[in-house]
Amino acid sequence: MTVSIQLEVNGKPVQAEVEPRRLLVHFLREDLGLTGANIGCETSLCGACTILVDGSAVKSCTMLAAQADGAAVTTIEGLARNGELHPLQDGFWEKHGLQCGYCTPGMILSANYLLEQNPSPSDEEIREGLKGNICRCTGYHNIVEAVKYAAERMS
Amino acid sequence: MYPAQFDYRRAGSVDEALGLLQEHEDAKLMAGGHSLIPMMKLRLAQPPVVIDIGRLDELKGISEAGGGVRVGALTTHADIAASDILAASCPVLAEAAGHIGDAQVRNRGTIGGNIAHADPGSDLPPVLVLLGASVHLQSPSGARSVAAADFFQDLLMTDVGEDEILTHVDVPARNAGAGAAYLKFEHPASGYAVVGAAASVTVQHGRCTAAGLVVGGVGAVPTAVDVSSLIGADLSDDAIATAASGLDTEDPLGDIFASGDYRVHVGKVYGKRALAAARDRA
Ligand SMILES: Cc1cc2nc3c(=O)[nH]c(=O)nc-3n(C[C@H](O)[C@H](O)[C@H](O)COP(=O)(O)OP(=O)(O)OC[C@H]3O[C@@H](n4cnc5c(N)ncnc54)[C@H](O)[C@@H]3O)c2cc1C
Repeated sequence: MTVSIQLEVNGKPVQAEVEPRRLLVHFLREDLGLTGANIGCETSLCGACTILVDGSAVKSCTMLAAQADGAAVTTIEGLARNGELHPLQDGFWEKHGLQCGYCTPGMILSANYLLEQNPSPSDEEIREGLKGNICRCTGYHNIVEAVKYAAERMS
Repeated sequence: MYPAQFDYRRAGSVDEALGLLQEHEDAKLMAGGHSLIPMMKLRLAQPPVVIDIGRLDELKGISEAGGGVRVGALTTHADIAASDILAASCPVLAEAAGHIGDAQVRNRGTIGGNIAHADPGSDLPPVLVLLGASVHLQSPSGARSVAAADFFQDLLMTDVGEDEILTHVDVPARNAGAGAAYLKFEHPASGYAVVGAAASVTVQHGRCTAAGLVVGGVGAVPTAVDVSSLIGADLSDDAIATAASGLDTEDPLGDIFASGDYRVHVGKVYGKRALAAARDRA
C-alpha cells in the first residue's frame, strides 16, 4: 500500500506517494534530497534529525511521512533567506558552535523553536531547550553562546 | 531502522476510528507515535494496520468541567505544560508534563498515548493516580470511565479494551489549601523517570487534613504509599521522612541501570522531597 501526501517543504509544495512505514527523515533525505536532517541514533534520543513541523520542533526519525500530510515542514535548507544566513546559522559560525557539524542542523532548528517561544532565554533556558539535542564533540558552551548571539540579533 | 510493513488508515472521527478498530484485527491506534514508532522500529510491535487518530480535534484540548479539569486524550505534553487552566487549578500535572523527555518529545507525545502505553518510567501515571483522576474510554457499545488507580494493571498493560479508545482524562477539583509536587530522578540518556514521586499535602487552619504520595518507576504500576500518619501531624521534615519510608513493593523493577533495591531507596528519598515540596506549596 502507498499513501498520497501533500505538504509544504521549505515553502514549496510537494506531492508524493509513500509507503506507510516511510519515516519522515528518510522521505526528506532520500526522496527530496534534503540531507540536512541527519540520522544519528535512530532511537529518538539524539535530535540530529530535528526539523520544524508547523513551527514545532520534531524528531523526524519518529514521525511517519504519512503523518506530515498537509503540514508545513522546515529543514535547515529552508532557513537562509536570499542567500543570507539566518542569525542562528551566523551565530554558530561566529561563536564556533560546531566542529564536525553533525548535530548542527538539529541544534539550529531546536534553537529556532526555542527563540520563537522565548526570544531572550537565559543560559539555563537555552540548555533546557536544547536538551533533546546531543553534541559529542563541540561541547555545549559555544552552542549556548551561538544561540545567545542569535537571540540578540533577532530581537 | 524502520518499521515492518503495515497498512495505514487515518480516522476522521472517533466513530470512524472505532469502526476501523472493529474491522481490522490487531490494528494499533497511533496518537503522537512517540512510543509506538520506536517500538515498531525495534520490531517489538508489528501491527498489520495502524490507525492514525492524531488529527481528531474532538480529542484535543483542556477545559474546565464539573469543577475539575478535562484533558482530551490527544492533548500534547507541550500543551499540558503550557496550559493556563492547569497552571491555575492543577499545576502538578503541568509540572510533570513539562519534565517529559525534551521539547521535541513534548511536541508530539500525548497524554492518552502516554497512559495507554503505560511505561513504568512514565511521568503522568503517578500524578494521575495521586490526583484521583478518571480515565474515559469509548467503544462501539458506549462510554465508561475508570479510576486512574485501577486503570494501570501491569507493565505496559492497562484497562483499555481492544475495541476501545481513550477519549479524555478528568481531574477533580483540588482541595482548598492543597499543595502538590512532582519530582523525578531522570535517566540521563532517555529522560524517562528512573523514579518519579508525586505528592500532595492539604493544610487547613494550620493542620494537615490530607496527604498523598504515589511513586512511579519502582513497581510495574504506580505505587501508592500510605502517608496517613501525616494527617493531624506537624509536617516536620522528620514526620515526612518517616511517612515516605513506608514505600514498599513486593517485586520492585530492576534493570541494568537501577536495581530494584536502589529504586525503592531512591523512591523513599524522592517521596520525602516531593512531600516536603508539596507542604511548602500548601
Ligand atoms: C526520546 C523519548 C523520550 C521520552 N521521555 C519520556 C519521559 O521522560 N517521560 C514520559 O512519561 N514519557 C517519555 N516518553 C514517551 C512519550 O511521553 C510518549 O509520547 C508517550 O508515552 C506516548 O504518547 P504518544 O501520543 O506518542 O502515543 P503513541 O506512541 O501514538 O501510542 C502509544 C500506545 O498507546 C496507544 N494509544 C495512543 N492513543 C490512544 C488512545 N487515545 N486510546 C487508546 N489507545 C491509545 C497506542 O495504540 C499505542 O499502543 C519519551 C519518548 C521518547 C521517544
